[in-house]
Amino acid sequence: MKRTALYLALLLLFLLHQDFWFWGDSTLLLGFLPVGLAYHAIYCLATSLLCYLLVTYAWPDDAEAFAEGDSAGEARPE
Amino acid sequence: MTELLIMAAYLALLLVLGVMSQRFFRGTAKDYFLASHSIGPVLLLMSIFGTTMTAFTLVGSSGEAYRSGVGVFGMLASWSALVHAAVIFFVGIRLWAIGKRYGYVTQIQYFRDRFESDKLGLLLFPILVALVIPYLLVGLLGARGVVRSLTVGAFPQLFASTDGAVPPWLTGLVICFVVLTYIFFGGLRGAAWANTFQTCVFMLTGVVAFAIISSKLGGLSAATQQVLDTHPERLMRSGSLSGTVFFTYGLIPLSIGMFPHVFQHWLTARSAKTFRLTVIAHPIFILIVWLPCVLIGVWATAALMPDGSLVVPPGSPPNTELALMVGKLTTPLLGGLLGAGILAAIMSSLDSQFLCLGTMFTNDMVTHYLGEDRFDDRRRILIARVFVVGIVAVTYLLSLAEPRQVFPLGVWCFSGFTGLFPLVFAAIYWRGATKAGAIGSVLVTAAMWLWLFHESGYGADPNYTFLGMMPVATVFGCSAATLIAISLVTPAPSERTLRKFFPQPSRTALSAAGVAVPGD
Repeated sequence: MKRTALYLALLLLFLLHQDFWFWGDSTLLLGFLPVGLAYHAIYCLATSLLCYLLVTYAWPDDAEAFAEGDSAGEARPE
Repeated sequence: MTELLIMAAYLALLLVLGVMSQRFFRGTAKDYFLASHSIGPVLLLMSIFGTTMTAFTLVGSSGEAYRSGVGVFGMLASWSALVHAAVIFFVGIRLWAIGKRYGYVTQIQYFRDRFESDKLGLLLFPILVALVIPYLLVGLLGARGVVRSLTVGAFPQLFASTDGAVPPWLTGLVICFVVLTYIFFGGLRGAAWANTFQTCVFMLTGVVAFAIISSKLGGLSAATQQVLDTHPERLMRSGSLSGTVFFTYGLIPLSIGMFPHVFQHWLTARSAKTFRLTVIAHPIFILIVWLPCVLIGVWATAALMPDGSLVVPPGSPPNTELALMVGKLTTPLLGGLLGAGILAAIMSSLDSQFLCLGTMFTNDMVTHYLGEDRFDDRRRILIARVFVVGIVAVTYLLSLAEPRQVFPLGVWCFSGFTGLFPLVFAAIYWRGATKAGAIGSVLVTAAMWLWLFHESGYGADPNYTFLGMMPVATVFGCSAATLIAISLVTPAPSERTLRKFFPQPSRTALSAAGVAVPGD
């Protein structure tokens, strides 16, 4: 469930990249940062946060096991 | 002269690091090619980040921001933050697991086994090599331009034809020698160490340059206000950047999934958990490096010298904006450090690319076709080293031909790798992906890429689009559609291969996940 929710969040983040609402806006945030640039800077931070949640709640545990040969495929005679 | 001395000292430090890394070399092929799967989280993060950031990161980002405004950050940086992290998470970790379990060193070894096709390897090898070489040229030409612009007037008698600057042929020669030395001795461990050091250098340099330049321009607010007064269009996405181009640029960072040098770095990881730091920190690192460069590039449109002249005069050569801002607004010391930082960003990609070509030639061609048993580890390393020397020489000679349109060529090269992305994704996640589908996908990628490249005047038109989109969208779409369509109508791989690459979860794993296991 958590995994599905995080994958949906990833899809949402992908769609949010297309920030057409700031396309023609030159408002400055903090007096120096154009709002369109600030949005994408925050976007990078949001991506990092989502990545933290992904590695915490949707980590592919089976990858480590696979690398070490701990799987049914390995046990079967080839 | 100060700038040159600092850059020379930096290159000497790298040579020392390369020789030192040899002391940890275990003498085996596995150690030379993959650092014996011993790289921990910090080194993996730094080496993958350093490898994916190129000349374009520092020099090109500020240059593009100068010409087209802040939109370049979203187009290249924040897209890369998301897509790179996602590819490392969904593809990198899986490839590490597969590579570690079956002892792969190159992508082609994996694809040959996964698709039960020797021909696929034979088809992929020249395509991958042909796509890596322009990528190498981008780095080498970027380094030459930067050193030239930072050393003008240093040797007026010796290099009169270049206004006293270090001539490009000499810069290229020195860069190739330094990179060759540390990968020759240290293999991938040498590259990982050097990349870590170089990533620290170029990240710190960018931040320090940003702080000093903003101070010289009267502070952050004053620097941006000048742009708002004179070139407000640079602070928003200008009309020249369409929504579809902005959106389809997001496909270009998918190329990281098929870069052969990144594949090799992934395999150096000590464990799957080693990737965690890379996945989380990669987007933040992109932010730290790109944001200052983009702002400096935008400020350069309005920054004035004390005498009222522009810091970057109209008609200045492209991609010299950052060097001019640093050279005119800061001290020679910082100019030298910036030069070292830019060389760091460039060489941290060159080393891995040179080494991966040697690795591919040794493992995918020589030992694969002449027999694994004919070559012991010592000979394999020797073959790789000789091939790397040859590739460095060829790349250096190609760079002397002064190919034009370097940065568009870089984008074209990335587009080719993106076209191959469906292959790796399907190989990992789709049991139904077949040999015929894979070969068809690679052929269609090559054909579409060549056709669109021709249509763009061989990269001469940097703003070329197809159907209003970046050409990469067409290449990627055709490649994916071909792979799916052919795979659906051709025989699936054998059950033995499917079991090898798509095993059922172990009873232990199922029990741990709370799934009832028959027989328990």
